Amino acid sequence: MPSLSRADVEHVAHLARLGLRDDELTELEGQLNHILDQYRVLAELDTEAIPPTAQTIELENILRDDVPGPCLTPAEALAGAPERSGDHFVVPVVVEGAD
Amino acid sequence: MTASALTRLHAREMAAGLRGGRFTARELLDAHLELAHAQNRALHAWVFFDDERARAAADAADARLLAARREGTAALAALPPLLGIPVALKDLVVTRGRPSTAGSRILRGFVGPYDAHIAERVAAAGAVVPGKTNMDEFAMGSSTEHSAWGPTGNPWALDRVPGGSSGGSAAAVAAYHVPLSIGTDTGGSIRQPAALCGVVGLKPTYGRVSRYGIVAFASSLDQIGPFGRDVRDAAALLQAVAGRDERDSTSSPSPVPDYLASLPADDDAAAGYVRGLRLGLPREYFIAGMEPGVEARVREAAAVLAAAGAEIVDVSLPHTDYGLATYYIIAPAEASANLARYDGIRFGHSVRDGDVLGNYLATRGSGFGAEVKRRIMLGTYALSAGYYDAYYVKAQKVRTLIKGDFDAVWDSGVDAIVAPTSPTVAFGLGARLSDPVAMYLSDVFTVPVNVAGLPGLSVPCGLSDGLPVGLQLIGRPWDEERVLRIGRAYEAITADAGWRRMEPADLAALDDPAAPTPSDRLNAARSAA
Repeated sequence: MPSLSRADVEHVAHLARLGLRDDELTELEGQLNHILDQYRVLAELDTEAIPPTAQTIELENILRDDVPGPCLTPAEALAGAPERSGDHFVVPVVVEGAD
Repeated sequence: MTASALTRLHAREMAAGLRGGRFTARELLDAHLELAHAQNRALHAWVFFDDERARAAADAADARLLAARREGTAALAALPPLLGIPVALKDLVVTRGRPSTAGSRILRGFVGPYDAHIAERVAAAGAVVPGKTNMDEFAMGSSTEHSAWGPTGNPWALDRVPGGSSGGSAAAVAAYHVPLSIGTDTGGSIRQPAALCGVVGLKPTYGRVSRYGIVAFASSLDQIGPFGRDVRDAAALLQAVAGRDERDSTSSPSPVPDYLASLPADDDAAAGYVRGLRLGLPREYFIAGMEPGVEARVREAAAVLAAAGAEIVDVSLPHTDYGLATYYIIAPAEASANLARYDGIRFGHSVRDGDVLGNYLATRGSGFGAEVKRRIMLGTYALSAGYYDAYYVKAQKVRTLIKGDFDAVWDSGVDAIVAPTSPTVAFGLGARLSDPVAMYLSDVFTVPVNVAGLPGLSVPCGLSDGLPVGLQLIGRPWDEERVLRIGRAYEAITADAGWRRMEPADLAALDDPAAPTPSDRLNAARSAA
């Protein structure tokens, strides 16, 4: 398992949509590599023939009846919006020239 | 009865007193609120008080109690079990019209548009909610120091952590601010603070309690559970919240037993339960780095259970050493996906910086704290192209092995596992903050239980250096009843032990209106280091 370079840390921060300061990136580079070192113990185990476990209880395909139930009103859904316009959340223009 | 004496009662004694008209729900609530407000500067267990709504709920409870007393015994017996009992909620339980921040700046100002399932169930059981308790941000941490609103103290030693992430819920119960509280446990976040604060905490089987309306951390591991000052009180709160809920597809339809019916008040009857039980003592849970005082208390507890007729057998959980690495891949991976929703567009903290991408970077970069950023980074990396198989799939395969360790123990006829909850007693504020790996080691005995989805109960088993030690009882899936009965038996067997009479050593110091806050104490520890 390789170690993370500064460029890797910046790339992962971008994937995670975290705007990090230089000092945060520097600290994370050290800490993440230290934590990744702890993960190396897993390589000791031969898991070639072991199936993965995603969840531990024997429940699957739990579906509810397809009937409408109570849900938030537009006013309730929008009550926490940092910026709204009528019954919409406001976001910056995503597609250029589409305004 | 004095206000102070009211807060010392167990929840079931409060319920009996309310029904008998010896005090009112309003008097009971006011006694708790007064104490909680007066001590919140020094303890900081609470991040939100809801006095007005709680008083209205207490008054409504009193009206029902009065009407039922007039009607007679049958009406009193039909009242909901927690009527008028104060129950605190961890600050990640969404409640309608009230704030829930999950300890994070990114949820500052967020007001719930609906009630979580457990908030509905706690209300339906008649409980009164005085407010919400402090926690590590998004439940990521083992000390409550990662709260955006500052740390919580430990009532046994105010310069020490209460554990985490549900540190506020544990400290509030230990300091008599409430008899009962709700926590969540993803890798030990109920059991470890219960151990460090000297109270009872239960993480039920994955799927036992619906998580609808709980701020999600790691969805294949998260579970909700109760804190109380003894096993029966904790069981009463579990009873109120357990069971199937259509809004959480992982909540189980398996029937919920009547837990209290199998937890006798009589100590001899309770103690007799362990006679003939096979209890496994896992050799991998007594490791280098464990405090000798903790090991001594846990081995003494096993000896006490043996003297009461339990058969203590040596068992092996051979993949224990891989538990932390497995957990610290799976949990951050799931967290990185769950926390993608905090985008500054629909609710919560929002910073505008140019385009959509700029807004995301600025909102998330300034809204999340250091530990949450670390976990999101770890999880994003473990799920990213080229590393998914090496980390995430590998961890899921080791998860199969860890679960298999427990299955093999159950197959050998062992009824429950007896182990330490935490390798140490409460550590100092600031002691592990600069070293994430040292902090993660706090969870070494609790994370395998989440990874395997099992129920785990922590009960106090004495003191080491004047600080509480927790005994962890791990059960088969859906076997909360058995671990509660063993926990109750242990309480009964040790009912006369001197340490059971001890109160948290720093309770009196909490009353000082000029006492340093936990933040002050943390800053002092950091500048001394």
